[in-house]
Amino acid sequence: MSVSHRIRVVVGKPGLDGHDRGAKVVARALRDAGMEVIYTGLHQTPEQIVEIALQEDAQAIGLSILSGAHKVLFKKVLDLLKANNADDVVVFGGGVIPEKDIPYLKEIGVKEIFGPGSSLEEIVDFVKNSVASR
Amino acid sequence: MDDEKYTISGIPVPPFLESYNADLPKPGEYPFTRGVYPTMYRGRLWTMRQYSGYSTAKETNKRFHLLLERGQTGLSVAFDLPTQMGLDSSDPMAEGEVGKVGVAIDTVEDMKILFDGIDLSKISTSMTINAPAIVLLAMYIVVAEETGVDPSQISGTIQNDILKEYIARGTYIYPPEPSMRLITNIFEYCSKQHPKFNTISISGYHIREAGSTAVQELAFTLANAKTYVRAAIDAGLDVDSFAPRISFFFNAHNDFVEEIAKFRAARRMWAKIMKEEFKAKDKKSMMLRFHTQTAGSTLTAQQPENNIIRVTLQALAAVLGGTQSLHTNSMDEALALPSDKSATIALRTQQIIAEESGVPNAIDPLGGSYYIEWLTDRLEEEATRLIEEVEKIGVLEAINSGFIQRQIQESAYQYQLEIDSGKRKIVGVNSYLQDENLDFDILQVDETIRDDQIKRIEEVKANRDDRKVEIALQKLEEAAKGSDNLFPFILEAVRARCTIGEICGTMKKVFGAYKPVDTI
Repeated sequence: MSVSHRIRVVVGKPGLDGHDRGAKVVARALRDAGMEVIYTGLHQTPEQIVEIALQEDAQAIGLSILSGAHKVLFKKVLDLLKANNADDVVVFGGGVIPEKDIPYLKEIGVKEIFGPGSSLEEIVDFVKNSVASR
Repeated sequence: MDDEKYTISGIPVPPFLESYNADLPKPGEYPFTRGVYPTMYRGRLWTMRQYSGYSTAKETNKRFHLLLERGQTGLSVAFDLPTQMGLDSSDPMAEGEVGKVGVAIDTVEDMKILFDGIDLSKISTSMTINAPAIVLLAMYIVVAEETGVDPSQISGTIQNDILKEYIARGTYIYPPEPSMRLITNIFEYCSKQHPKFNTISISGYHIREAGSTAVQELAFTLANAKTYVRAAIDAGLDVDSFAPRISFFFNAHNDFVEEIAKFRAARRMWAKIMKEEFKAKDKKSMMLRFHTQTAGSTLTAQQPENNIIRVTLQALAAVLGGTQSLHTNSMDEALALPSDKSATIALRTQQIIAEESGVPNAIDPLGGSYYIEWLTDRLEEEATRLIEEVEKIGVLEAINSGFIQRQIQESAYQYQLEIDSGKRKIVGVNSYLQDENLDFDILQVDETIRDDQIKRIEEVKANRDDRKVEIALQKLEEAAKGSDNLFPFILEAVRARCTIGEICGTMKKVFGAYKPVDTI
């Protein structure tokens, strides 16, 4: 555990998807809940997102994808974390993700998926609890 | 003051108005509040134009034929993200994205397959393409040339609205200055060669989807529109040579009456701007013609069938607001791409409004309603004030500094807080919940599409004249460094079978890439 007790979260937009309303709203809510939030901006590769998370010593990464590329891009992020011995970082996600893809995403290590209609409170509580119980 | 009611834009709603004075011109007369045409839907219904595209050109061509068979009257192409970013399917950044949110187009050969069996002289095609709009339009023209259609007869619309990409949609490539040049080049070239093509569709849709209010949607869209007009005039074009081909694209959101008033206010504001500020003389330059899409962000993943009702109300608002064309969303779009069945229901929704409701029979049937006229005036006032605020900063500066983006983000955040607190009710999300199984039939695109697409690029490359390709790209690079209109150079490159990645990459070498500001 780092000296700071504030939770550090990277909110990332992997791939070419430009829909960032959800990512920005979630970033703001996590910050308003007292966390330190690093928003990556659009069009990031999984490599860039993991590098930012490692540099910033983040305890959690939230990924937002609405383009349908979630299976490929989530997997890459998780593989890269593993390769860097950082698979204790809590990875969660949101966007337009079909129900039938969720079991696969959980199997590869995504802790939770927040689809349309999720409340900000749910997401904030999830990050707090899952980082605390690492 | 819990009893106070507000529109989504935060305008307090009076319980009723005893009377309200409105000065109403006839439909088809300046400033066109009641509609741009004197006969409106009695003369011709709006164009039913469902945005569609996924997987390969061959698959999307099948969906186009299905929609046309079922009575759709125009085409609207959704391109995948690599295409929208000017990248080939083989680019490393394209991994996972090929054919997902739209059709993958790498060369004019794909474009030919996309329109196979469709007569380009008869059907109008709208293309949601922005940063590389000039390349895709060139491909469309070359398809016409090579299939025996007179290219001066093609009709349709390219979105070509880069400013809202920086603000809200995210598929930008180059910095603003060269991007504005490409847009002006298109205005100039098409006004002579393709006079039936709408060269831009200035879009509030995505600004609204990013979370803005109706007032912000109006204001930022029209502020962007003024920026394009100014750029073209500064480049030496006569306002009436290009302005008649400017079109708009708005969102139809949940607040039924506010949306109707928004469309009416937009028409009046644009007419005044064109006449008074830009001194347009041609009536067509003052006419705000627009496409509408129902608001994707209002669709819920919960109880998805309810989305059919949401879409119906939103579509009805667009028709009562006088739209020229309409896309109705499918009920399953909060979860995936629309299936054949849900896409058909979405189209049927428009057909029921058109054929059964009786609404199209009277022009602007709500005109003169105290509340409609009052709200139209309020929206015009508030949006005009916001345009002035943005123009004081300068539109490009307001984008580069993130001023506009922050305003939209703030509205998006407040809207979400209202939903979370229950102050704003959404059926199935924070009220009237029920247990349900969300696992229903959806359309999914296979990951192997990318391999097929890469194979196709290789085939095209094996069969083209490398020398011609090299010369075309060299000439394009030289021209990009100078100030010539780039359209003819891009047409040459497309004819030589250059890929979209080669063409956009060549310009990127000269123009550089856009670096967005951090607004969080």
